[in-house]
Amino acid sequence: MALSDYTVQNEVDTRSGFGAGILALGRENPNVVALCADLVGSLKLDDFIKEFPERFIQCGIAEANMIGIAAGMTIGGKIPFATSFANFVTGRVYDQIRQSVAYSGKNVKIAASHAGLTLGEDGATHQILEDIGMMQMLPGMTVINPCDYNQTKAATIAAGRMEGPVYLRFGRPKWPNFTPADQTFEIGKAVVMNEGTDVTIFATGHLVWKALQAARELEKNGISVELINIHTIKPLDHAAVIKSVAKTGCAVICEEHNYIGGLGSAIATLLGRELPAPLEQVAVNDSFGESGTPDQLLAKYGLDTPDVIAAVRRALARKK
Amino acid sequence: MASIEELQRMATQVRRDIVRMVHAVNSGHPGGSLGCTEFLVALYFDVMKHDPKFSMDGIGQDLFFLSNGHISPVFYSVLARSGYFDVAELATFRKLNSRLQGHPTTHEHLPGIRVASGSLGQGMSVAIGAALTKKLNRDNSLVFSLHGDGELQEGQIWESMLFAPHHKVDNLICTVDYNGQQIDGPTEKVLSLGDLEAKAKAFGWDVMAIADGNNMAQVIDGLNEAKSRTGHGKPVFVIMKTAMGAGVDFMMGSHKWHGVAPNDEQLKAALGQLVEEKDY
Repeated sequence: MALSDYTVQNEVDTRSGFGAGILALGRENPNVVALCADLVGSLKLDDFIKEFPERFIQCGIAEANMIGIAAGMTIGGKIPFATSFANFVTGRVYDQIRQSVAYSGKNVKIAASHAGLTLGEDGATHQILEDIGMMQMLPGMTVINPCDYNQTKAATIAAGRMEGPVYLRFGRPKWPNFTPADQTFEIGKAVVMNEGTDVTIFATGHLVWKALQAARELEKNGISVELINIHTIKPLDHAAVIKSVAKTGCAVICEEHNYIGGLGSAIATLLGRELPAPLEQVAVNDSFGESGTPDQLLAKYGLDTPDVIAAVRRALARKK
Repeated sequence: MASIEELQRMATQVRRDIVRMVHAVNSGHPGGSLGCTEFLVALYFDVMKHDPKFSMDGIGQDLFFLSNGHISPVFYSVLARSGYFDVAELATFRKLNSRLQGHPTTHEHLPGIRVASGSLGQGMSVAIGAALTKKLNRDNSLVFSLHGDGELQEGQIWESMLFAPHHKVDNLICTVDYNGQQIDGPTEKVLSLGDLEAKAKAFGWDVMAIADGNNMAQVIDGLNEAKSRTGHGKPVFVIMKTAMGAGVDFMMGSHKWHGVAPNDEQLKAALGQLVEEKDY
């Protein structure tokens, strides 16, 4: 596919993609169960609960217990999705995930909505920007950050079908839905959205859309951009990253996360070892967020389309 | 069904295993292990329906979760003595490349372990989850768990304490090893649990007591009583009084033996006391 092939079908929140995905998964596999910590509406679980009331566990505002229960439910064959805001199912319960889920190798899916700055007006208490870092440091944890409704739905189904713990990250705001509805989602496989030769943009989550906008703008100015959607941060598609940067010679990494610990860190580690190349990041500069609309926050914290374009120009300037 | 005398003999054997294991690596937690020996022996040699041909899912079997994972020596000994793995493997406890890690784990695939524990307060949630799955699977077997009294200071425990009665998890028997000791001293001094029985009742549990958790007959009777209380809409909470270090006189009743191994001389003395069935 090429840049022009991606058209916006509608604007819809990625969490609704999760809601649709877990409903489809529930119909496919009777062992799929959902847990929530008093945020059913926010997680778009209403349809699942309506259809499978006995397969939903309301845990109340007690996330640590929810993670432990999810770990226990795998014993006997259930596939639990433990759901809440990203802040409350990662940092708040890191030790529960570490010991009862990751170290114990449990088939628990942690479904995290309202990740990043685009949560908006609730402010920094809820806008986690460190979750990818925490989750990808856990041995055996798969970390997925899909970019739109269609991809979140597909990722949810794929996460339910794989064996092992998964951290699935998505968001709150209405967002352009531009990837194919019938896409096959392969965990750990990067999606090359556009082939190019001058620079590679690696993007994950909501910022894939910003990167797509930037790539279109750059191509108009004669810069050939390879755009790669890294929906799976761990395991990272090493071959795809190396192959692309070997061709383009520089990289820009875009994510709605602290620049420390996220996709940028993962790719920088890989390139530093295998293929040193100029690398620029579009990410939050080691700070907390604040209240505001998603658009205002992305602009203020340097995660908007012009920021991607500026990062590409910096990367190109550093190329020999 | 084993006789009380046979179970007591097994408890003595398990105690010998415990002191040998911690002595061999000069580390580990003998105090709580010795205190919970009757309980673990009763569960695995009499009370629970279980199969040493281990399967993680444990369909149709009673399950046990050790939440206070530091008393791994008693758990490992009981698992080995009931046939989950070779008794000789106890000698690898806490050594490099062993399946018998300092705290129980699933990572090394030791038969009998269903979740890692060690970081405290997590086992009740896991036991509740396993019990919920049994209900969804229409599996009538039971879920048991053991918790330290000091461990109840963890906040997650009280999340679990709220949850289980609310969701009528009545196929669950959670036992507290009430030995009154923790690392920094008596629990009463470190952070008092207050009236634990009243607290558990107020949270909606069916609460009962085992007055002497180091008396095999009382433990068997108590656990059978707990079993008879399952299936009536409430989770069962057993407050079991034990003596830390029970069975070895110089280790008994003091927090000092929480996480300290005996030296050569102390091992000899301990083994000298652990020779035949005794009424601890």
